[in-house]
Amino acid sequence: MTEWFMMASWSPYIVGAGIGVLIWTTFLLSDRPLGCSTAYAKTAGMVESAVSRKKSEAMPYYQKFTPTADWQWMIIIGVLMGAFLSAYLSGTFTLLIVPPVFAAAFGTDPVIRSLVALLGGILMGIGARWAGGCTSGHGISGTLQLSLASWVAAICFFAGGILVAGLIYGFTFI
Amino acid sequence: MAFEQLRSDKRAQVVLGLLTGIVFGFLLQKGGVTEYGVIIGQLLLTDFTVVEVMLTAVLVGMIGVYTMKAAGLVRLHYQEGSVGATVIGGLIFGAGFAVLGYCPGTAAGAVGAGALDAAIGMIGIALGAGIFARLYPHLSKSVLNRGRFPAGTIPELVGVRPGIVVIVVALLIIAILYLLAVFGF
Repeated sequence: MTEWFMMASWSPYIVGAGIGVLIWTTFLLSDRPLGCSTAYAKTAGMVESAVSRKKSEAMPYYQKFTPTADWQWMIIIGVLMGAFLSAYLSGTFTLLIVPPVFAAAFGTDPVIRSLVALLGGILMGIGARWAGGCTSGHGISGTLQLSLASWVAAICFFAGGILVAGLIYGFTFI
Repeated sequence: MAFEQLRSDKRAQVVLGLLTGIVFGFLLQKGGVTEYGVIIGQLLLTDFTVVEVMLTAVLVGMIGVYTMKAAGLVRLHYQEGSVGATVIGGLIFGAGFAVLGYCPGTAAGAVGAGALDAAIGMIGIALGAGIFARLYPHLSKSVLNRGRFPAGTIPELVGVRPGIVVIVVALLIIAILYLLAVFGF
């Protein structure tokens, strides 16, 4: 059993099935789908609120997604801890700033990678809230409920992603 | 409905959120999808790990959630979409997905596994969410409501009982996973 937790990787089918079962528990015990991007909106709201509580309370979006450290927000903290635990147990924890695939194409300068990551994150944050969810909220939790919006969103995530990744790295599959 | 007391217990839910996140992060890291190379590989269509994890999760999750719904144990939580919100937002997200190389959940997982660029990505995502919150009053009166979808779920759209759609989607997912395995992805 312990050996299993120390393995560097598991089959994608085992991981997927595990996520599926985890979502049963979120519906059953918390009456919620599993999603990650709402936590970022709440974090933005917390920062706004720290700067000016009055101003943030007057913003309609933070009335819809209140800036509190609730179930939704704790998910992200948990993901960080769970992934650390997994990497630590398997001895694969490695500090890096520039991922090898990025470095091979664009060099090892951490400033360039940081700026690209920041820009990508901003686009992703806008897009996730614009579409009402991310790869987990729409891509898994929504599609498994057979939500029409989630299937359209998931297809657009990948369509946009495949297009832009191809523009960055070249369309290797052609 | 069962579990109402637990569901409305705010303190218990904070603990459950943390535990759920820990299991989710553990699984994402073990699946390799917290790695930049694996996500970019998926978008370059050279590595299908992300799709395999997602489709298996949808297969298992869908059967369980619809079974529990039939038993009256859970209710569904989905949103109505529109062309202006879902399609445009989805494409912006997709662009960010390729530029960052992580998504909101896997970015947190990547930080846990030591990828510091993902931490900068997380700051970016929060900034983006903040920018959206500022734009929201204008967007909600215009583009977000353009082209509302005619139905909330696929069973409603095609006018077929949910149970039948669950079986069809399950068979389609199994077929796609089988083909991916056969072609060696």
